[in-house]
Amino acid sequence: MSTVLSLLEKDATLSAKQIAVMLGTNEEDVKNQIKKYEEEKVILGYRTIVNWEGEEDEPVTAMIELKVTPQLGAGFDKVAQEIQQYEAVSSVYLMSGGFDICVILEGKTMKEVALFVAEKLAPMEEVLSTATHFILKKYKIDGIITDNQKEDPREVITL
Amino acid sequence: MNYEKLLSDKVKSIEPSGIRKFFDIVAEMSDAISLGVGEPDFVTPWHIRNRGIQSLEHGHTHYTSNAGLLELRKEVVKYLERRVNLSYTPENVIITVGGSEAIDLCIRSLVDPGDEVLIPDPSFVCYKPCTVLAGGVPVPIVTKAENRFKLTAEQLKAAITPKTKLLILPYPNNPTGAIMTEEDLEEIAEVLRGTDILVLSDEIYLELTYGRKHVSIANISGMKERTVIVNGFSKSYAMTGWRLGFAVGPAEIMSAMLKIHQYAIMSSPTTSQYAAVDALRNGDDDIERMRNEYDCRRRIIVDGFNSMGLSCFEPEGAFYVFPSIQSTGLTSEEFCVKLLEKEKVAVVPGTAFGTSGEGFVRCSYAYSIKNIYKALERIKHFVETRGWEAGE
Repeated sequence: MSTVLSLLEKDATLSAKQIAVMLGTNEEDVKNQIKKYEEEKVILGYRTIVNWEGEEDEPVTAMIELKVTPQLGAGFDKVAQEIQQYEAVSSVYLMSGGFDICVILEGKTMKEVALFVAEKLAPMEEVLSTATHFILKKYKIDGIITDNQKEDPREVITL
Repeated sequence: MNYEKLLSDKVKSIEPSGIRKFFDIVAEMSDAISLGVGEPDFVTPWHIRNRGIQSLEHGHTHYTSNAGLLELRKEVVKYLERRVNLSYTPENVIITVGGSEAIDLCIRSLVDPGDEVLIPDPSFVCYKPCTVLAGGVPVPIVTKAENRFKLTAEQLKAAITPKTKLLILPYPNNPTGAIMTEEDLEEIAEVLRGTDILVLSDEIYLELTYGRKHVSIANISGMKERTVIVNGFSKSYAMTGWRLGFAVGPAEIMSAMLKIHQYAIMSSPTTSQYAAVDALRNGDDDIERMRNEYDCRRRIIVDGFNSMGLSCFEPEGAFYVFPSIQSTGLTSEEFCVKLLEKEKVAVVPGTAFGTSGEGFVRCSYAYSIKNIYKALERIKHFVETRGWEAGE
C-alpha cells in the first residue's frame, strides 16, 4: 500500500491535497501526518536529486571505508558523531562486513577529498585504516536511473 | 488486378476500426500528450527480462510443444490455484500468442455459422470481428453507466435465443474499468446453469482490481465446466511486447482449441515462455507494486474528471476511466478530435468500443503521475473555455 511517506519519498513536490486524493483520504489528515513526521524527524528534509554529470560545479564524490576501534561504552557512535560534523561529509553509515564505517565525501577536486581523508579522518585516534574509493559514474541515484530514455516508446493510441 | 473483388467477403465485412478518421489524425500528431494506450507504462520487471535473456544464452531457440512448455503450464496451474482459487491440470492449459489468440481460438472452436455470441457493449474490440470471421452472429448487450457498466441477469436473459452459443464476459472491462463481483456473477450463473451456453471469460485484467479481489465466473458453482478463461502476462506483468497469454478450460474444448493453435501458430514464442515461468514464480510482488501505483493514479484521474464536471464513475478494475462527455453536447469523436486539435491531448472515443460508447471517452492511467496531471489540466482548460467552439 502507498503511504504519505512512500509517496513523498518518490516526489517531494506533491501537495497535501494531491496526496490526499491519491490515498483516498482528506487533506487535513495528510497535513497533520506530514507535520508529525517532520516534528519526529522521520522526514529529515526535502531536496532535489541532481545529476551533476556535465554541469559546471560537478563535485567529486568518494566513498571512504574506515576500520575503527570501538570505544568502551560508546561503540562506534563517538567516532561517527565526530565525523558527521564536517561539512564535506554527506553521509555516514555503520556497516556490517569487512569494515566498520562508511563515509560519503564530497569535494571540489580529488585532491581536496584525498587531503581531507589524510588530514581529518586518518589521524583520528580510533581510526585504524582508511580506503578511499572515488565514484566515477553514477548510473542510478536514489532510485532514479540517470540516463533513462525520456520518450514514451509506446504507440500514441492502442486499444 | 481487382483485389477488392478477390478478397473474401467475410474479411471485407469486418471494419478495420470504427474510428479510422480519428486515428489518422492522431498518427500525424507526434507531440500530443496521450492518455490513449491500452498497455502498461512499466517496463517488464528485470528478473523476468533476465530470464528471457538467459534462455537465449542457453540456446533455447526451438519450438516448444504445441500447448506450451510443460514447466510453464504447471506454473499457470499453480498461479490459478494461488491467486484465484481454481484448480486445473496442465492438460487444461494452452499457452497462446497473447490473450488475443486465445480469444480467437475459443470463438473459432465453439461457433458455427449462425450461432449467436453475446457481447457486452462497450468492450474490447476483437470479440465482434472474431465472431464474424467464425461465421457467427455478434449480439451486443448494451451495458449502462447507471449499472456501473455491469452485465445484468435481466439483460442476459432478454438476449438469449435458441441460437445463443457463447457469452463473452470481459471483466475487469476495457474500456469502462467495470468489474463483476461474486454476487453479480452468481446472478449471471443462475441464468446460464442448465443451458448449453458456454462462457468465454476474458480476465486479462484480473490482477488489476482495486479494493477487492477478482472473482472468476469459474469460481461460481456449476460454471467451471462451461467456462474458458482467457488470461495473459501482458497486463499483470507489463509484458505486452512478449506476446504471451493462456487459455484454460474443460479439456475437450482445450483440445479443440489446440488443433487450431497447432496449425496456425505451432507454438508460442519460446523466449517469452521461459521469461513467463519466472514471472509466475517470482512476480507476485511486482504485481502488487504496479497495482499500488495504478491505484494512486486512478484516484487522481477520477477526481480530476469529476471536479471538471465530466462525470466519471469510479472504476474498480483495469487501468481505464470512462468519463461521460455528454455535458459538452459533442459526440465522442468530435470531442476527441477537437481536444487533440486544441489541447494536443489524445484520448479514445468511446465509440471505438461499440456504439454504446457514444457520449464517453476512454482515458488510460497507465501513465506517469506528471503526465496525468498535465493531461487533466489541458482537458480542464478545454472544458472550461469550451475550446470546441473557438474558430477552426
